Amino acid sequence: MAVRLKDMLKREPILSSGHRMCAGCAAPTVVKLMGMALRGPTIVCEATGCLEVATTIYPFTAWKIPWIHVAFENAAAVASGVVEAINAMRDKGRYKDEQVDVIAIGGDGGTFDIGFGALSGALERGHKFVYMVYDNGAYQNTGIQRSGGTFPGQETTTSWAGKVEPGKRQRKKPLAEIVAAHKIPYVATVDPYHYRDFITKFRKALEADGPAFIHAFSPCPRGWRSDTSKSIELAKLAVETGLHPLYEVIDGKEWIMSGPSKRLKELRPVDEYFKTQGQFKHLFKPEWAEFRAWIQEEVLKDWEELKRKCGVS
Amino acid sequence: MTVVERVPTDKVVVEGMTGDAAIAHALKQCDIDVLAAYPITPQTIIVEDFQKFVANGEVKTRVIPVESEHSAMSACVGASAVGARVATATASAGLALMWEILYCAASMRMPIVLAVANRALSAPINIHNDWSDSYGARDSGFIQIYCQSCQEAYDTVIMAFKIAEDHDVLLPVMVCIDGFILSHNVERVEMLPTEAVQQFLGVRKPAIALDPDNPVTMGPLALTDYYFEFKEQQDRAMARVPEVFERVESEFEKMTGRRYGRFETYRVEDADIIIFTHSTPGGTAKAVVDALRERGEKVGVVRLRMFRPFPAEALREVLRNAKAVAVFEKCRSFGAPSNPLALEVRTALYDLDERPLVTDFVIGLGGRDVPPSTIVEGVEKTKEYLKAGRAPLYETLGVRK
Ligand SMILES: Cc1ncc(C[n+]2csc(CCOP(=O)(O)OP(=O)(O)O)c2C)c(N)n1
Ligand code: SF4
Ligand SMILES: [Mg+2]
Repeated sequence: MAVRLKDMLKREPILSSGHRMCAGCAAPTVVKLMGMALRGPTIVCEATGCLEVATTIYPFTAWKIPWIHVAFENAAAVASGVVEAINAMRDKGRYKDEQVDVIAIGGDGGTFDIGFGALSGALERGHKFVYMVYDNGAYQNTGIQRSGGTFPGQETTTSWAGKVEPGKRQRKKPLAEIVAAHKIPYVATVDPYHYRDFITKFRKALEADGPAFIHAFSPCPRGWRSDTSKSIELAKLAVETGLHPLYEVIDGKEWIMSGPSKRLKELRPVDEYFKTQGQFKHLFKPEWAEFRAWIQEEVLKDWEELKRKCGVS
Repeated sequence: MTVVERVPTDKVVVEGMTGDAAIAHALKQCDIDVLAAYPITPQTIIVEDFQKFVANGEVKTRVIPVESEHSAMSACVGASAVGARVATATASAGLALMWEILYCAASMRMPIVLAVANRALSAPINIHNDWSDSYGARDSGFIQIYCQSCQEAYDTVIMAFKIAEDHDVLLPVMVCIDGFILSHNVERVEMLPTEAVQQFLGVRKPAIALDPDNPVTMGPLALTDYYFEFKEQQDRAMARVPEVFERVESEFEKMTGRRYGRFETYRVEDADIIIFTHSTPGGTAKAVVDALRERGEKVGVVRLRMFRPFPAEALREVLRNAKAVAVFEKCRSFGAPSNPLALEVRTALYDLDERPLVTDFVIGLGGRDVPPSTIVEGVEKTKEYLKAGRAPLYETLGVRK
């Protein structure tokens, strides 16, 4: 990388203040970190969701770079069109910018679920763009419904914790792994606490020779019923408990565990993470002790498997 | 305005081609930047032929072989937002899957050209022609033009870009042909030299584009305080279409000698009964009228081309002196008192003090053949209803009851 992190941190933010996301929301921080990694002219294609809705309430916009939203499930398809239009116009000598980066952004709902087909199609076709999912673990914009990105045990308004249900029962879809299975040049998981790691990886994604994918963890105090001052700490805790391990996958085959995860002697118990949020409170009732233990077991199994893939002992 | 000259006949290439092939050739000559499409019968030949042009280096278009029609229209919106000239093609289920994004394309004012080979909607699954697919999208904000011949399809695609990209319009256009009946039928097509087409169209000049030097936000959230104004502007753009259409057709006529109008009239001057339809039944209706005229019957045809925006006022003047207007349409609007085409005609005529009787015949669903006898049957029924002084709001013809 030619540019130093120090210089990246000096970049003018791409998102203005007064963007109308909730107090303590990590998503604007995620976007600002993304902005620090940019290498030049960039166009953003965004899916419907909290970030889109809050930052572009007409006649205002918080975006300082070209930005388009069309619908919920099609950010990757819109980005395909943007990329190829630029290519075609450049082929015909009608495009002035030497190089324009295209980034698609979607929430976990827009990426794990409804936009998954469009994402997979765009990756398979190989358009040169970066797709970033900001994963806040539910459909927050529509009032905290479960998604494929929701953790087991998480209570949402469509996976209630009740007398006979512990919140969501199913595992979280291993999206980064599924994306890596497309054998695209670059996949990475990031979080806003480890900002150096985030910016460095995002720049790598932009510089990849083909499609790249960034899975950004993005705490949501409104939906998670967590302290608005603790969002960035929760991101750190998610890494340290193994709920959101940090790694890269190159060409779908070379797995590299990132420093913050690699340096962990052992994972902290998931309970420490669960305790911080109202959405997991019910798990500490005696009737869900076994279920909670199952979640912990699964996280440890996944962690071992990831270590094996990354060649970490 | 571009200066166009009449293309000399020795520069015109005449070939036998299907409706789909004619559209593919037109798209090629329009020098589109991006084509994003997904296969579906009976549209697929358009994309296949176009991909062949790409494979042979005949065009510099970037084709996006998307994984669904929803993504096809989405990619078109993205590409159009950058300022590219963009097209796609679909039919039936494919159009249905695009539905959500049709509205976005129109409201975001993207001048995309969408070729539709009209095909019935499931269920039962059926690959043949009727108009249920694009009629369903009639409120999406697309301009809709229906063609009767392969030549007309070729010409209309070329004009469609010029209408869509005009800054007084900036709306997407659906160019519709009857599935199989036209899409797969070989007819004589006169093709213009590519230079003439390109001179006629010029290069697209976007009003606003996603441009890093001049950042804009497209597709924001607009609520109770502004949404309605977006819709008002969209509606006004639609209202400006007839004027732009007229201008574009006049230039096209200068170049080719051909013009079609928003609708075609055939032997209507003294007609007591006017048959009102579009697409390929328009041709059948004209043959029927010739035969009936020989028997001394005063009948004529209005073949509609532009369904959106619907030329209500101009049609009122043409239809007002007839005793009856017999509408033939390939769609049933379930639960509606009548059907999409007749509803428009009735609305157009309603304000007249003395209105022609309007009959509405639903024909040809799922590709059921519409022979001349079906049209004659409708005309005969219309005559009876005239005698009785009233008619049912609609009826189906050519189906086992
Ligand atoms: C086709 C379609 N279905 C449903 C919706 C309603 N909807 C809008 S945003 C949203 C949830 C977004 O969730 P996510 O992608 O996780 O983003 P978040 O709001 O959580 O940041 C839903 C369900 C929609 N806009 N379009
Ligand atoms: S609901 Fe959550 S994700 Fe949405 S703006 Fe608020 S904190 Fe952010
Ligand atoms: Mg979410």
